[in-house]
Parts: sequence; structure tokens; C-alpha cells
Amino acid sequence: MKARERVAGNVAGYIDDRTGAAKWAKKNLTKVFPDHWSFMLGEIALYSFIILLLSGTFLTFWYNPSQNEVVYNGSYVPLQNLAMSESYASTLRISFDIRGGLLMRQIHHWAALIFMAAIVVHLLRVFFTGAFRKPREANWLIGIGLLTLGIVEGFLGYSLPDDLLSGTGIRIAEAIIQAIPVVGSYLAFFAFGGAFPGHSFIPRIYTVHVLLIPGIFLALITVHLMLVWYQKHTQYPGPGRTEKNVVGYPLMPVYMAKAGGFFFIVFGITAFLGATASINPIWLYGPYTPGQISAGSQPDWYMGWLDGLVRMFPPLETHAFGHTISWNILTPGVIIPGILFTGMALYPFIESWIMNDKAEHHLLDRPRNAPNRTALGAMSLSFMLVALLNGGNDIIATHFHLTINGIMWFTRIGLIVVPPIVFIITKRLCLSLQRADRDVVLHGVETGRLVMMPSGEFVEVHAPISEAKKFVLTQHAQPAALTVPASDLNGTDAPGGIKAKLRARLSKAHAEQVPAPTATEAKALDHH
Amino acid sequence: MKRLSHMRRHKFAAPALIAAALITVGSAFSMASALPTVQHQQTSSGSTIVDEGKQIFLKGCSSCHGLNAEGSGIAPSLIGVGAAAVDFQVGTGRMPMADMSQQAMRKRPIYDAQQTAALAAYVASLAPGPKVVDPTSINWERDGNVADGGTLFRTNCAMCHNFAAQGGALTNGKYAPTLMGVEPKYIYEAMITGPQSMPKFSDTTLTPKDKADIIAWIQAADKEPATGGASLGRVGPVTEGLLVWTLGLGILIGVAVWLAMKAR
Repeated sequence: MKARERVAGNVAGYIDDRTGAAKWAKKNLTKVFPDHWSFMLGEIALYSFIILLLSGTFLTFWYNPSQNEVVYNGSYVPLQNLAMSESYASTLRISFDIRGGLLMRQIHHWAALIFMAAIVVHLLRVFFTGAFRKPREANWLIGIGLLTLGIVEGFLGYSLPDDLLSGTGIRIAEAIIQAIPVVGSYLAFFAFGGAFPGHSFIPRIYTVHVLLIPGIFLALITVHLMLVWYQKHTQYPGPGRTEKNVVGYPLMPVYMAKAGGFFFIVFGITAFLGATASINPIWLYGPYTPGQISAGSQPDWYMGWLDGLVRMFPPLETHAFGHTISWNILTPGVIIPGILFTGMALYPFIESWIMNDKAEHHLLDRPRNAPNRTALGAMSLSFMLVALLNGGNDIIATHFHLTINGIMWFTRIGLIVVPPIVFIITKRLCLSLQRADRDVVLHGVETGRLVMMPSGEFVEVHAPISEAKKFVLTQHAQPAALTVPASDLNGTDAPGGIKAKLRARLSKAHAEQVPAPTATEAKALDHH
Repeated sequence: MKRLSHMRRHKFAAPALIAAALITVGSAFSMASALPTVQHQQTSSGSTIVDEGKQIFLKGCSSCHGLNAEGSGIAPSLIGVGAAAVDFQVGTGRMPMADMSQQAMRKRPIYDAQQTAALAAYVASLAPGPKVVDPTSINWERDGNVADGGTLFRTNCAMCHNFAAQGGALTNGKYAPTLMGVEPKYIYEAMITGPQSMPKFSDTTLTPKDKADIIAWIQAADKEPATGGASLGRVGPVTEGLLVWTLGLGILIGVAVWLAMKAR
């Protein structure tokens, strides 16, 4: 035994004697995870979160969350001798006078944008593969919670520097709070500690940004990962993969190495962006004063859809009982996002109710094999993209020489017209892909080899696909739609009434499939 | 007679009378305000530069602005806009317009400096207006305070021209152009003449000192170093979001695919 091994053994023995960790480690370090690139999207979010914690801690050393007025005398000449808040002055100091400060600020901001983007692509993967089904509904809800908190956390971070852009964002947030009927103005006064902008808001959101939300984040991420650990990771269908096993590689050493390496790659790419691409150049925006605004004031991308909705909504207001209800802010700022996020959170329960599906699912769906779900997802995504497009309408107008009114009308109509069209096209595409799968299983793949028969007829030779491929294309269950019996045995109307009819109808849409080839059909090919 | 008295008592009689009176007074006023123009033309008809300018105007401008610069349904009257407006519009190539789009774009000037000066002299001869700005008189380098200019710019200009003077969108395809690379003289002339959608900033709204401050800030913004790396156009978070979704997520997902393919 080499000296090094003996030392390692002694240390491990010391720890095991006191904690009994060896048994636990032996079991858990060999835990198996399935291998697929799309399972690493959530990891990007996790690593970005770690980068955010580290770079954010650095920023707190110099950032001063105060709206007290100071006169700037730092090294950025075009702002010298201007009155500004301490939070803006300290952010300028981080950007110009602290060694590595600007790099850290830019890494922090880029990591935030990557964090949100990674959450979204991870969510899309989970949705389109049906990974949210029983037993993972709770983890889906936690994920929606993380997404929502991420949007809030990102917006608060964007608001902290107290530059002209962030102040504009806070002003719009205040307007959205005020638009809530009856209690809106009280809530706004409560949040701002008086009239806008006041002196309380930035110190308050600072505490929320650096303490409360990161704390909730840490707790939710821990539970999110523990559930993945405990419920085991889902896997794509394939030979030897069942609902009762997990086929993959052990955590130690394969995923330790891959995940560790991936963290450094994510950090490297974020640092590269932070070093080479300017983000939120607050010194150009100037200090916030309520009397100023800049053209092209936009939120970060994850709020862009919300801004796009607010920008496109027609100016509607009603006055009743001494209250004004601003539908132009309330609808796009509160009601539509509320419907979207509630619908997203409830989707797993809705789908399981529609299909009366109480089974556990550990094998993922190929998106084409759940045409209705895939079409619903694509439809929702197109809604968000149309809204996001309008969020950047002014920049699109100036850079592509379009009219901003034209873009607004395009997105107003598109918001209603595009999603249903996307739904129909996606569903048809999925069914076509199923038909193509069926064709490949039953007739094999085209080889491009032409054979002349004795009769003079030319035929193209089709080669059968491998058994493994055949399995992947045919393994999925195709649950039948629920039916409502017209009447029970006594001749009275079936119980459930409208609810049961609605369920049967939704279930029929959801169960629409091209029949997968049966084993006997697939066998028939061998005799061709 | 009976019919006339009937009409006098008609319920539309009073509004019609008021409308007729308004039209009469309005036309009389516009004729009266146009009168000095005619006199002015007569007095300066001996000047060759004005004649030269008028010839250029008749060839290049009158089809839209009218033979006497009185304007038409598609182009405004130039009576009283002053030499500064002509110097700005023609000197920056905006006029003559290349096409009847929402707004005249900056392009290579059609007329040289001498022709532009002649046109300016002709238009100035129609009615008094702001004079061409002498670039040496602005003195933004000596008088302009960059920090004050930034505050003034953010208060008066940034809502259309963007925080970094990169330009922005207005309604129906109109836009506030970028101020990068615009000569101080033209910025000054734009402020005093209010071309296209831009409001006029008279010397009581923004004093000559304020204007020098603003110009000093724009010149500084033009030379602003790319602190923090590629500027991404200085148009706000839209380009940042675009970069994150293309380059950022593109590379990261590419790496994920590559890692999943790697031998175990």
C-alpha cells in the first residue's frame, strides 16, 4: 500500500468510525442516473445559481442600499458633481473604482439571464417529455415556484442600481400594483413606505433580494434535488428500460466528473460573457429621477413578455363606486400572467384528470407520442413569444425600419390568432411523425437500392430497422379515451352530467393517436 | 324677401355665419402675413445669391413645397422657417427626400455647401427666421459642461433619442435618429428649428449655454469607450437577451450535448 493510499484510508476510517458514513456513501455514490443531454439543462440553472451566490456576495461588499442623496465624485467624469442616490453612486464605484468590480457585476447579470433561460429550457424539456406526471407533480410545482421567484428576484436585482432604467422599471411595477382593484393604492403605499419613489423601497428590496428570496431558493432547490434523488430520475424509453428500473451510469465517478466539469464550463462561459460583452451599462443611463425616461426602456428578457402585453393592451378603464379600474394595466399585468402561471402549475393535475391516469410514469414520452400535450405546449410558447416580440417593438421598429404601430397591431392580432394555428399545426405534425414511425416499423427504411424483378418491374429494397429501434418506436402505451355511458342500467342519465361529458370530450382530443404497430404487425415485416 | 328672413331664422344660420366669419378673418390674416414675404422678395431681388437659391428651389424643391414655398398637402410651408432649417435639412441630405416615406432620412447631401447656402438665403429672404449657426460660435468645448449636459439630455432628449443618443422609435414609422457622428452645428440647428417630429427648443427653454452643455455631452457619448466589452448597440436589455439566448444558451446546450456524447 502506498503512503498516499494509507493516509486516505486513515482519514476515511476516522470519519466512518464517527459517522458511519461509509455505508451511506457506498449506497449513494453508486446511485445510477440516466444519460442524456437534455437532463443537463437544469444543471445549467443550478450552476448559474451558484455563480450568482458567489458574484452577488462580492457585490454586497461595496453596494450601499440607500436612497440618501450624495454628490458623485468618483472617476467616471461625465457624471461628476451630479446629485444621485447612494445606491447608484456605490454601483458606479463598483463599476469604475473597485478592482474587478465591473467584471463581477457583469458576470452577476449575465448569470442571472442564463439562470432564467436555463430554467425555461429545463421546464420545456420536463413539459414536452411528460416528466411532470405522477409521482413528480410536487416537483413540477416547486419548479414553477422557482421560475416565478426567479422572475421576481431578477427584477429586484435590475432595480437595485437606481439608475434611470431601473427606476423606470420600478415605476411600472408600482403602476401594476396600483392597478389591483380596491387595495392597489394601499399596497403601493405599503410597499414604498409612502409615495413613489420615497426612501424605503431600495433598502427593502435589497433585503428581499440578498436574503429572503435566495434563502427560499436554496430551500426549494434542495427539496427539488432531493425529490429527484428519492423519486429517481426519469429516463427515455429504450431496450431494457422499464417503469421499475433506471438504466445509466453511477454518480461516482461518471457524473461527479461530468457535473463537476460542466460547472466549470458554465462558469467559464459566464465569465467570458462578463469579460467581453457589456451588460446594463448603468453609467450611461444616469441617476434615476422621476422626471426622466429613455427611449427603449425595456425589462430583462424574462419580463419582456409581460412588458409586451402591457404595451399592446388597448386603453380601457371603467369607473365604478368611486374607484377606477385600469383594465389596460390590470389585464396584461395581473390577470393574464395569473391565468398563465396558474394553468401551468395545474397542468399535471388537469392531464391526469382528463385521462383518469393514476399510474406512475418513470419512462418519458417522446413529444410526438403525446400530440395534444405537445401542441398545447407549443401553443403556450407561441403566445409568450408573440408577447415577447411586442416587448421589443421599439427596437425592432428602429432596426428593421418598421412602424411601431404596425408591430403592435401584428402582435395584438397575432396573440389571438397565432396560438390556435400553432396548436393545429403541431398536433398534425406529431400525428404525421407517428405515421412516419409506423411506416418505418412496418416497412423498414428506404435503402435507395433498386432491384429489377424477373417481370421487368423495379422495386426499391427496404431494410428493416434494428430491434432496439423498433422497440423505441412501438413501446409507448396509447391509452384510450374515456367514454360516458349514455345512461345507467336503470335508464336514468349517467352520473356526472356536464363535467363527465367535458372530461370525455377532452379525453377524446387527448387520446388522438396514430395506432402504434402491434407485435404481430411488426413481425409480419420479417416475412416480406 | 320672405325667403331670406326664413333663412335668417334657420337653426344652422348662426353656426354658418360664424364659420364664414372665421374663414374670412383667417384668409385675411394669412394673406396679410404672407404680404411681407412679397415685399421682401421685391427688395432683395437684386441679390444674386437669393436669385441663385430661387432657381435651385424652383428646380429641386417647388414640386412639393410650392412655387413660392407656400407648402402643399404633402410638404410644409417654408415661409419663416429660416436659413438654419434649410442648412440642417439640406446640409444633412434629408432634403430633397429620396421617397415619400414617413420621415426624411439622413443621407449624402444632394447640394454642395454653396448651393445649400444659396437655398438658405432664398428661404431666409421670404420671412425672418433662425439664422445658420456658425460652428465657431457654439464653443461647446469651452462652455459645455458634460455632466450638466447629461442631465439636460436625459430630461429633454432621451425619451426619444435613447439614453445613449442611439435613437429610438416614434409612432407610425417615424423615429428619432441616432446622434452619433452628427456635427455640433447640425445638433444646434435641430434644437432651434425642430425638424420633422422634433420640438423646437427656443433660447428660453434651453439657453445657449444649455445647448452647449447638451452638445458637449453628446460629443462625449460619441467618444464613450466600450467599457465592459462589446457595447451591443447601447439600446438596452433587448440585445442582451438576444445574446443570452443565441450565443450563451447556444454554447451551453452545445456543451451539454457534447458531454452526453463523451465516452463514460
